Amino acid sequence: MGIVSPGFTGRRGAGSDLPPGQYLTHEFPVLSAGPTPHVRHEHWELTVANETGEVTRWDWKALTALPSEKITKDLHCVTRWSKLGTEWKGVSLDVLLADVETGADFVMVHSYGGYTTNLPLEDLLDGQAWIAYEYDGEPLHPEHGGPARLLVPHLYLWKSAKWVRGLVLSDSEDLGFWETAGYHEYGDPWKEQRYAGD
Amino acid sequence: MERTAIRRRLTWQAGTVTEVRAETASARTVVLDVPDWPGHLAGQHLDVRLTAPDGYQASRSYSIASAWSGSGTGPGIGTTVELTVEQVPGGEVSPYLVDVIRPGDPLEVRGPVGGWFVWKPEQEGPIQLIGGGSGVVPLMAMLRAHAAAASTTPARLLYSVRRPEAVIYVSDLKELAASDDIEVTFAYTREAPPGEQRAPARIDAGLLASVTFQPEDAPTTYVCGPTPFVETVADLLVAAGHDPARIRTERFG
Repeated sequence: MGIVSPGFTGRRGAGSDLPPGQYLTHEFPVLSAGPTPHVRHEHWELTVANETGEVTRWDWKALTALPSEKITKDLHCVTRWSKLGTEWKGVSLDVLLADVETGADFVMVHSYGGYTTNLPLEDLLDGQAWIAYEYDGEPLHPEHGGPARLLVPHLYLWKSAKWVRGLVLSDSEDLGFWETAGYHEYGDPWKEQRYAGD
Repeated sequence: MERTAIRRRLTWQAGTVTEVRAETASARTVVLDVPDWPGHLAGQHLDVRLTAPDGYQASRSYSIASAWSGSGTGPGIGTTVELTVEQVPGGEVSPYLVDVIRPGDPLEVRGPVGGWFVWKPEQEGPIQLIGGGSGVVPLMAMLRAHAAAASTTPARLLYSVRRPEAVIYVSDLKELAASDDIEVTFAYTREAPPGEQRAPARIDAGLLASVTFQPEDAPTTYVCGPTPFVETVADLLVAAGHDPARIRTERFG
């Protein structure tokens, strides 16, 4: 318990389905480090590079031709808002990575606009992550990462890179954009892994 | 995007409120003394944690308003941190900081956090600051750092605000604007003061073309404010030919 703040009682009522330190919002706040990239479908491309440098590519047509899923998940942002039951459509990373030869343990995700974030590969597999291109039944708005973003709902939302353009598999862990700027290298909301060392 | 390496473990620290200042009808500056404060860069933020008598806690992030003077050179210098908080209607932490907290009260903080939306005096090139409402807070920290470092880097602030009485830091901004190296422009969106030539309006391409650094000046531009404001301004800047990689944004709400 921290030092008691004189006169503070708190608003409460956050609900037990929220990770510690989170509050509920019905809005969909936007947080990004720079201008919103506006990427046209005909210029869009997603690549996966394995640790030997072998690259697999999908253009927009190829991505949207893959088997897709509807996904309903809670989102948790490190800035402390949580949004419950959000609905998406996208392609599971299990589908995208099915034919990629790899023994790598880590992934660096790259976005249009230059953003990066790192994850363990095992967090992208087994029905835990998607390349999402619809939100709430509509094409994903550029503010929220459209045309397509990574969606990894079990980690803080900065791991769900907007405007995703590539995954680079690696045997060693490097740090991404916010991770280099003091945020946690993994980011489990239920363990409150907000900042380095948490 | 360039990278900055700031990784170390952050712990909650006990601070004490030394002063509170009304800035506007809904915004207040809370001055803290944090004995173990490690220092910060202009533009960084910190987390504030409130604890109720039964142990219930709530935390939020706030931009730091003060420049830090670097290594301490006297009693208290280097351990003072200022936050300027705008009351969010229905909020949980901001009403406490704006209406309740008093000098002498304890306040727990954790930080500083963030290594992207920052300005360092050694950074090259002009700085263009564009703030909407309380988005001026981290930009003010940058102007204060600029003044504290006696920097001659050209700096401009374009501050979008509803009406004159909503301007945060009005006297400090006038003082800073008297410097040869700092220009301050107010863009009133609802109500302009007497004598203001521009009719109340939101920031548009014409205003950006006339009062901000142009792409050929290669400024680093910092845009902070509510999401629709940041989205609009950043899109206008990109459309005007500014390199997206030199535009840094911070959004709230």
